[in-house]
Amino acid sequence: MTSPAPDAATVPRVAAKARLQWDEVRQRHVLLYPEGLVALNETGADILALCDGTRTVAGIAASLQQRYGVEGVQQDVAGFLEALAAKGLVVFGMPGGLDSTP
Amino acid sequence: MTPQPLWLLAELTYRCPLQCPYCSNPLEFAGGRFRNELSTEDWCRVFREAKALGVLQLGLSGGEPLLRADLEQLVAAAHEVGLYQSLITSAYRLTKDRLAALRRAGLDHVQISIQAADEELSNYIAGTASYRDKLAAYRWTRELGFPLTVNVVLHRKNLHQVRDLIRLAESLGAERIELANTQFYGWAFHNRDALMPTRAQLDEGWRVVQEERARLGTKLEIVWVLPDYHEQYPKPCMGGWARSYMTVTPAGEVWPCHAAGRITTLKFANVREHALEWIWHHSDAFTRFRGDAWMPEPCRSCPRKTVDFGGCRCQAFLIAGDAGVTDPVCSLSPHRHLVDDAVAEIEGTAAAEAGEWVYRAAPNSRALAAKG
Repeated sequence: MTSPAPDAATVPRVAAKARLQWDEVRQRHVLLYPEGLVALNETGADILALCDGTRTVAGIAASLQQRYGVEGVQQDVAGFLEALAAKGLVVFGMPGGLDSTP
Repeated sequence: MTPQPLWLLAELTYRCPLQCPYCSNPLEFAGGRFRNELSTEDWCRVFREAKALGVLQLGLSGGEPLLRADLEQLVAAAHEVGLYQSLITSAYRLTKDRLAALRRAGLDHVQISIQAADEELSNYIAGTASYRDKLAAYRWTRELGFPLTVNVVLHRKNLHQVRDLIRLAESLGAERIELANTQFYGWAFHNRDALMPTRAQLDEGWRVVQEERARLGTKLEIVWVLPDYHEQYPKPCMGGWARSYMTVTPAGEVWPCHAAGRITTLKFANVREHALEWIWHHSDAFTRFRGDAWMPEPCRSCPRKTVDFGGCRCQAFLIAGDAGVTDPVCSLSPHRHLVDDAVAEIEGTAAAEAGEWVYRAAPNSRALAAKG
């Protein structure tokens, strides 16, 4: 499952084996997967919540920029998703649903 | 501040159709201490209390968890409270219909053991003809869309198959293969002489793992659980005593790890009498070795004490006879010679000369308990 680096048109989604969830006890979001978890900060959780299989990286970045009133976050979004993809927790597809990953 | 637990291992029953000689269950699993299994309602309450306490990951294990007729109900209850669930099973007599029902109930991940890469050896180690059931279940697991972990306990009789095992997991489309070198607790400690690998076997196994990792990249995650008798420093057992992990045993005793019940100097509380929160914060078993105030030398002044937490309390008890001393696996432990002796004894013998093991079976459990 070698994922290429995501570009603006890449459509990321959370892998089937992973689940985004609110951890009430620790007051943070977590991404749960077999035998492990990733603790997320607010931005990370926002990015993953936007990974619905329809939005592109550019679209996700635009949403965040609007929400937080900042600019130039696309590279950060791509880097965050790439790191999760390296652990198999995010998969990349193209618009229209054809996955680039086996 | 006391940490909150993240992991709960629910040992639903100690009944099991397999008889693996390295089983981590207690030697006396067939005795009265474990026979009175928790009810469906008890377990559902445990899951709710665990979630409220901070647990996010649930392992449904045993024995063989499929022997609980209420497994689907338990999975549904744990799913409802939001636990990420792994079924840890031998898959013996599992059907596709039941696996599909578990999927619908909210099961997240399936881990199926296999004892060797070929049918004859796998069945011999399991003590039960189970290989074909496992292969069928692996396929259904993938067909139903579960993430799949293949789990293999490694020892003297199967370490030569590391490459074949990895190739098998790859061909099954598994996400992970756990190559778990035998940790010597429970039945494995009793059968240590028969299971202990040689240094040459371990070196070769590790070499193959590195080769296969390079070949497979992220396609298949290969987990190699270290053979700690052959290490210089102890493992950070459970990430530290009572820091993130708890085990609830079939009859409701709560242990800081799945081997801790063997430590006769600890008092264990039961979910039938106490809330899980009280047990985590106040029971003798959980508070005795939490933090580092209990540590003797050489741990007390050691910079590694925040890395390995003094190692494993169960191993200290089993090997040195005292759960409160440094893990004898540590090269700085005054008891390290006991580990060296056990390793050296094996080095001189050929594989064919390794001792016979005692299978994990109820009659053997009762016989060993009677012997004391």
